Amino acid sequence: MSFWNDPLKVAADWLLGIFTGWGMPEIAANILIGFLGVLLLISVLMVLDIFLVWVERKVVARFQDRLGPNRVGPFGLIQPFADIIKLIIKEDTTPGGADKVVYNIAPMLSMMSVLILWAVVPLAPKMLGVDLNIGALYIIASGAIGTLSIIMAGWSSNNKFALIGAFRQVAVMVSFEVPMLTMLLIPTIFAGSMGMGAITEAQDIWYVFLAPLGAVIFLIAAIAELGRAPFDMAEGESELVSGYNIEYSGMKFGMFYAGELLHAFTFGGFWSILFFGGYRFFGLEQVNPVLAIAVIVFKAMLGYWIIMWVKYTLLRIRIDHMLAFNWKFLTPLGFTLLMMTALMNALLAGTPTWLYISGMFLSNVVIAWVALEIARSVSRREREKVEGPKQVVEAIHH
Amino acid sequence: MVPLSWYLIFAAALFSMGLFGVLSRRNAVAILLGIELMLNAVNINLAAFWRYGNVMDMAGQVFAIIVFAVAAAEVSVGLALVISVYRRRNTVVADEIDMMKW
Amino acid sequence: MTGEQIVFLVVALFTLGSGFMVVTTRNLVHAALWLVSTLFGVAVAYTLLDAAFLAVVQVVVYIGAIAILFIFAVMLTRKDLLDQGPQMNKNWWFGALLAVSTFGGLYFLLQGWDGLSKTATAIPVGFDAVTELGTELVSPAAYVLPFEVASVLLVAALVGAVYVAFNKK
Repeated sequence: MSFWNDPLKVAADWLLGIFTGWGMPEIAANILIGFLGVLLLISVLMVLDIFLVWVERKVVARFQDRLGPNRVGPFGLIQPFADIIKLIIKEDTTPGGADKVVYNIAPMLSMMSVLILWAVVPLAPKMLGVDLNIGALYIIASGAIGTLSIIMAGWSSNNKFALIGAFRQVAVMVSFEVPMLTMLLIPTIFAGSMGMGAITEAQDIWYVFLAPLGAVIFLIAAIAELGRAPFDMAEGESELVSGYNIEYSGMKFGMFYAGELLHAFTFGGFWSILFFGGYRFFGLEQVNPVLAIAVIVFKAMLGYWIIMWVKYTLLRIRIDHMLAFNWKFLTPLGFTLLMMTALMNALLAGTPTWLYISGMFLSNVVIAWVALEIARSVSRREREKVEGPKQVVEAIHH
Repeated sequence: MVPLSWYLIFAAALFSMGLFGVLSRRNAVAILLGIELMLNAVNINLAAFWRYGNVMDMAGQVFAIIVFAVAAAEVSVGLALVISVYRRRNTVVADEIDMMKW
Repeated sequence: MTGEQIVFLVVALFTLGSGFMVVTTRNLVHAALWLVSTLFGVAVAYTLLDAAFLAVVQVVVYIGAIAILFIFAVMLTRKDLLDQGPQMNKNWWFGALLAVSTFGGLYFLLQGWDGLSKTATAIPVGFDAVTELGTELVSPAAYVLPFEVASVLLVAALVGAVYVAFNKK
């Protein structure tokens, strides 16, 4: 097989030949090649992370009707390098009274929880880090480690505002894991497996057409998990002076910041894998693995762009509204959608494809419509309690 | 090639540490930490016997999952009780919570 | 000493060391964090036992929920931020004696069992533990009843915990 058809296998075989030629036992050579593969993936991701800083700043500028960085290099492309250099040479303070070990480990754990997610992302057919058959649960598990790192950061900073910010952020993250988990189960039902590779392989029809409401709920829950606006109550500068990362300066803050951007990109990637076909694009991925990687990076960038769009358009939501929205609206809606999807999948199992797709799509639309009607009537009742019922005579009076 | 005995001794050691934590700590929350260690040791035992016995029989894993659920339920109720006691008596040291009512 | 044995020994030492720190450290938040590393070590032990689903559920449930609950509880039940003094009660020597004798008793009990040095048989090819587990958890001939009872238990615990900890103004 040539290099372009299967680059990773060719490189791995060549390295194995070299290492065993040096006299290393084969098992040790395989472990070393595994480590080198992990190192390669992490390096590519960190370079991509730097590029994401540039993308973020340009996009936020355009949304706010200004230009963004355009002085340092053509179109401001060198700007993120300037940012990273500034962060590295900044003084690395530790607040007095802080718990030194926990304070230093927290940013590392935060970055680690994002990087380990990329072990289950399928980049091309048969090219993924580990073909876990429980990939969907693995995503939630790494979110759990991220949650832990935020508590550690907030507590060890010895700062009231950091602690409050961390508590709020952790409450939001733990709450929104429930609808996210139910939405992760919907592609599992369709594909018959929780593994990311299997879900991508089974998406002859993209799952966004079979469960559009599921895609929307997953996006909302993912944005809340990331701690990005409109769910960034924990970082609101007007309320909390930047939340759990107040006391962090220099590269430790850089790890939190870059980790958050990479996390957003990763969830854009997972959104596209679960609902938009991953690396599949009408058979293009069979031609060449490099094209498949390009397809998935493109789709992840689209998902990331939608997440950024939501961030720079919507206002911040208050913490009690956020939690009420989750427990009183999203969670029942998620469970209803899951039950309906399982039911329709079983009922329409043997029917022709057009009936299956339209049946699932219509059931999603019906559930969304009913949920919105219930929400409207509840909010109308709340408003009437506060303002009094609307007077029809008053409206005609003008 | 790991013999079954290693897993069982590992679980026994973890269980004994949890027992020591429960019997010797002052703080009520620390006692609950010891209980968690004991439950984890039991789970390792169950998983080891599943693996080294009949792998097709899922009873071991199902038992372990039920233990997960029970541990979660017990921890949440236990910590709710500890927080409630702290609000009334302003202490969580187990020795000082010694009056029924006055 | 095969590779698998070395890996198991490293994991076991890490977990037991963290467990020891859980029950002996003075600072309770540190104890909760050492519990996190113990739970993570146990999750790795599950992976060594080919129980991948248990490993991931361990991280999600124990580390992602129970450990965080412990950290919250420790932070909410502190009178002040100072060191609380030695955390062992006055009968700690008896607890230590009991723990050591429990371990000794279990060890000697295990020596008398002849199935002890069994090594693991290979998993049959194509056997997917997760699929099998899922099927058995919902099939009436297998374990659907304990599954439903466990969910009722969790609902009861949820309602009970909220009610007990509720701050009635």
